[in-house]
Amino acid sequence: MLEICNLVKRFGALTAVDGVSLTVPKGEVLGFLGPNGAGKSTTMKMVSGFLAPTAGTAVISGFDILRQPLAAKRCIGYLPEGAPAYPDMSAAEFLDFIARIRGFSGAEAKRRIGRVVEMMHIGEVLHQPIETLSKGYRRRVGVAQALLHDPQVLLLDEPTDGLDPNQKHEMRAIIAAMAPEKAIVISTHLLEEVEAVCTRAVIIARGCILVDGTPAELYARSRYHNAVRLGIPLGSEGRIKAALARLPEIAAVEDAADGEGHGVVAFPTGARAPVAEIAELARAENWKLTTLRVERGRLDDVFRAVTAPGLEAARQ
Amino acid sequence: MRNIATIFGRELTAYFVTPLAYVFIVIFLALAGVLTFFVGDFFERGQADLQSFFTFHPWLYLVLIPALSMRLWAEERKTGTIELFLTLPVRLYEAVLGKFLAAWCFAGIALALTFPLWLTVNFLGDPDNGVIVAGYVASWLMAGAILAMGAAVSAATKNQVIAFVVAAAIAFVFIAAGTPAVLGLFQGWAPDGLVRAVAAASIFGHFSAMTRGVIALPDVVYFASTIIAFLGANAILVDLKKAD
Repeated sequence: MLEICNLVKRFGALTAVDGVSLTVPKGEVLGFLGPNGAGKSTTMKMVSGFLAPTAGTAVISGFDILRQPLAAKRCIGYLPEGAPAYPDMSAAEFLDFIARIRGFSGAEAKRRIGRVVEMMHIGEVLHQPIETLSKGYRRRVGVAQALLHDPQVLLLDEPTDGLDPNQKHEMRAIIAAMAPEKAIVISTHLLEEVEAVCTRAVIIARGCILVDGTPAELYARSRYHNAVRLGIPLGSEGRIKAALARLPEIAAVEDAADGEGHGVVAFPTGARAPVAEIAELARAENWKLTTLRVERGRLDDVFRAVTAPGLEAARQ
Repeated sequence: MRNIATIFGRELTAYFVTPLAYVFIVIFLALAGVLTFFVGDFFERGQADLQSFFTFHPWLYLVLIPALSMRLWAEERKTGTIELFLTLPVRLYEAVLGKFLAAWCFAGIALALTFPLWLTVNFLGDPDNGVIVAGYVASWLMAGAILAMGAAVSAATKNQVIAFVVAAAIAFVFIAAGTPAVLGLFQGWAPDGLVRAVAAASIFGHFSAMTRGVIALPDVVYFASTIIAFLGANAILVDLKKAD
């Protein structure tokens, strides 16, 4: 449904996007991750038809954004970075303007506006000027605008920025509910978002795709993936660490520095979590464990591991 | 066509939801009145015409019209709405025309509100209303030309103050080029062709010719081509600068 083919964007000597290719089929929610300045928004701007790429193109529902821009733009719902909207207009006037431009009028426009107002819960601020709205409401008006024509392809640049935790949860639920019918791309710097809504995660840095996989695959890249965390009483870590280190299934043991109380983390040698062995050892040695759990992995850890070497190189 | 109408509607409403429209109209009417009656000696001339009203329009527009055009694109770029606007299914020329026509229509409304002057001369004497109509047409065309210049400048910057100042400067060049003072600088040393070229490129000459009551084709073509040329520049500048 959305095909991004070798997109390149150069600003003078700076290459902001360097050969990004992606195919997003219907039913997929793609989380576009990356440090600030990685090229996420620039890619979105090119796919939406705002910026002309230096090379490459994007095909939306079969329409090339460069050759058939109008047809392609009709199939896209786009929330630009920062959720811009005309500050002097009320949300109702703004949505009415969008509806007209999208070719809806009369009862049809009313029905569509009613639907997105309901979905985004913006009914109570509908007649206030947009400049007086809170950041969360403004963001929701921006998303409402993008959903008005029920597009096949949805590009949302930081859709939950500025929302409180309840609103974030709700927005993610709305996105998840729409997902089966659409191809959705969400750019975000919130790693939790990937886990919450995305079926696929792409990490981009310095304009290149570094990782492309499911959230589970992303977790598997973490060194904490399948590590076992043991909650232990104070004063016993020396003995426990030494015993753990002797297990052949365990490659290394470290103090847990995760703020969840006193504990150690045992990293496995293989792919499997050595939780049975550890449990057996704990029973044999009669350790007073407070918790025992297998870590799924840490996304921020993966994110840093993938993007930080790049940042280092860029600095030099 | 429908898109142009939708954009036109939004832009025209945008003037009226802020105080801009009302401030502009009040100041325009007040200045036009002051210039006509006090500087233009409307009564002392003892003639039933609106010459003393139209004479000052180039200078009035020089200051006021850039105030209308400065927001057209600079504001969209500043607030980031340009990214939303240009990713909607509209063609660039529809966006440029919709915005320009809204501003031009607004200038027309302000100009039309000077109708009490027209009533006054008709009450006081027996003016040639054909000449007055020609004057209004000339004034509106001139407003369009300066607006098109201002719209193009507005597309090149995010800063409305810069858009205003640069548009006023460009308009000044186009107006002043045809004044006797500037033409005098060229006369005597420059070839006749150059003097005539400067005069022909100037708003002032074409405007003055029309306010004398003759709507001649070359003058209309001049204004139309100026508007089209600057709107073309406007479209190119939007495309070049939108992402900066």
